[in-house]
Amino acid sequence: MDIDFTKLNIGDKVLLEGTIFTARDRAHLFFLENDFQKIKNSIIYHCGPIVKGNEVIAAGPTSSSRFNVYTKELIDKYGIKAIIGKGGMDKNVLEALRGRAVYLSAIGGAALLYTKNMQLRNVYKPEFGMTDAIYELEVKDFPVVVTMDSKGNNLHEEILRKSEKAYGEVI
Amino acid sequence: MLSEKDVFELYRKASTELPSDVVEGLERAKENEKGRSKEILEKILENVSIAKRNSKPICQDTGIPIFYVKNDGKQSEKEIGEIIDQATKKATDEIPLRPNAIDSISGKVSGNKPVIHFEESDKFGIDLLMKGGGSENVSRIYSLPDERLGANRDIKGVRKCVLDAVIKAQGKGCPPYILGIATGGSLEEVAHLSKRQLLRKLNDENDDSELKKFEKELLQEINKLGIGPSGLGGKTTALAVKAAKSYRHPASFFVGISFGCWAHRRQSYGH
Repeated sequence: MDIDFTKLNIGDKVLLEGTIFTARDRAHLFFLENDFQKIKNSIIYHCGPIVKGNEVIAAGPTSSSRFNVYTKELIDKYGIKAIIGKGGMDKNVLEALRGRAVYLSAIGGAALLYTKNMQLRNVYKPEFGMTDAIYELEVKDFPVVVTMDSKGNNLHEEILRKSEKAYGEVI
Repeated sequence: MLSEKDVFELYRKASTELPSDVVEGLERAKENEKGRSKEILEKILENVSIAKRNSKPICQDTGIPIFYVKNDGKQSEKEIGEIIDQATKKATDEIPLRPNAIDSISGKVSGNKPVIHFEESDKFGIDLLMKGGGSENVSRIYSLPDERLGANRDIKGVRKCVLDAVIKAQGKGCPPYILGIATGGSLEEVAHLSKRQLLRKLNDENDDSELKKFEKELLQEINKLGIGPSGLGGKTTALAVKAAKSYRHPASFFVGISFGCWAHRRQSYGH
């Protein structure tokens, strides 16, 4: 993937091409407790897909906030360039992204859009179960939008503040 | 008589096709949006049509299957439960569904485990809701009065709870949402009754004139919050609000809020 993610700003739309790795709860723990060099400088996708044989049937994003606690260490250890998920992450992650990486939002529920140009390359830790196993995926034209950039900007935070202000006006 | 094939077909339809009222709601919302929020709704609708065309699950999280069975007594609850279990296994293998039943303690994954609610009825019928984890995780129960919200034991207090829950949810539960709300005096009742409201069609009007007004006004207020599709900003944070009330104990006032995501997988059999 030859994108310099650190140059991107919140609101930028990106079409990803290249290798990404899925990771949920068990995978995060595995990455932190072991040395799994395959994900060095790569992209992490918060996703628990439906897979049948060699085909990824459906693969939309899962809620990223569950991985807040693991993410700084993950970026420190493996130089992760980008994280794809839904719903955004907390301020510790925003700080961890600074100068190094970005958070990219995919549309929750739109699971078939993302499998249109997706090849399954490898499965690691299948014993974690279908949802929690680590899938190495080759993607093309994978549409995402930058919602937390590497300069400290957070679109999720902006929308939260606006909605809290609107609540004050409505009540 | 209900067969395994009927339930399998119900699973197939629920997981791969959105109900027409929800598709219409998403289309109306798209016309009302511009820029990023419009693009997101276009992509969502594209995803919905790919799912139907290819008969594949709309979302990889095929949820917890929740069955609401109106039983006319021609088959026992045990028989119906067994038919549903068999069909669940077949649907998990063949549609396929994601194996979503994890033993909370051992972590072992065992296919899918449906939740089944029975009630007696003159006419047999089933509603199936396939409820994803994202929207379930942002669902809430409040107990009034709530000091933090300044919410009292009245309809304004209920409004404050719902708006608070939506603000806390932001984009985590996959908006635009369909919201089921229930007030009452026991914990499980408001959870159950609020979730049952998600079975109502988007254009269904409440028989209770006060709740009908409440649903309409609250929807407008929610859509002023600016959370929008995917929580990335926009006018459409919810497609519908459906409310119900029950009797409460003098000491208690619970508000149950069940979130449905836009991928509202609800289908029915026999009615």
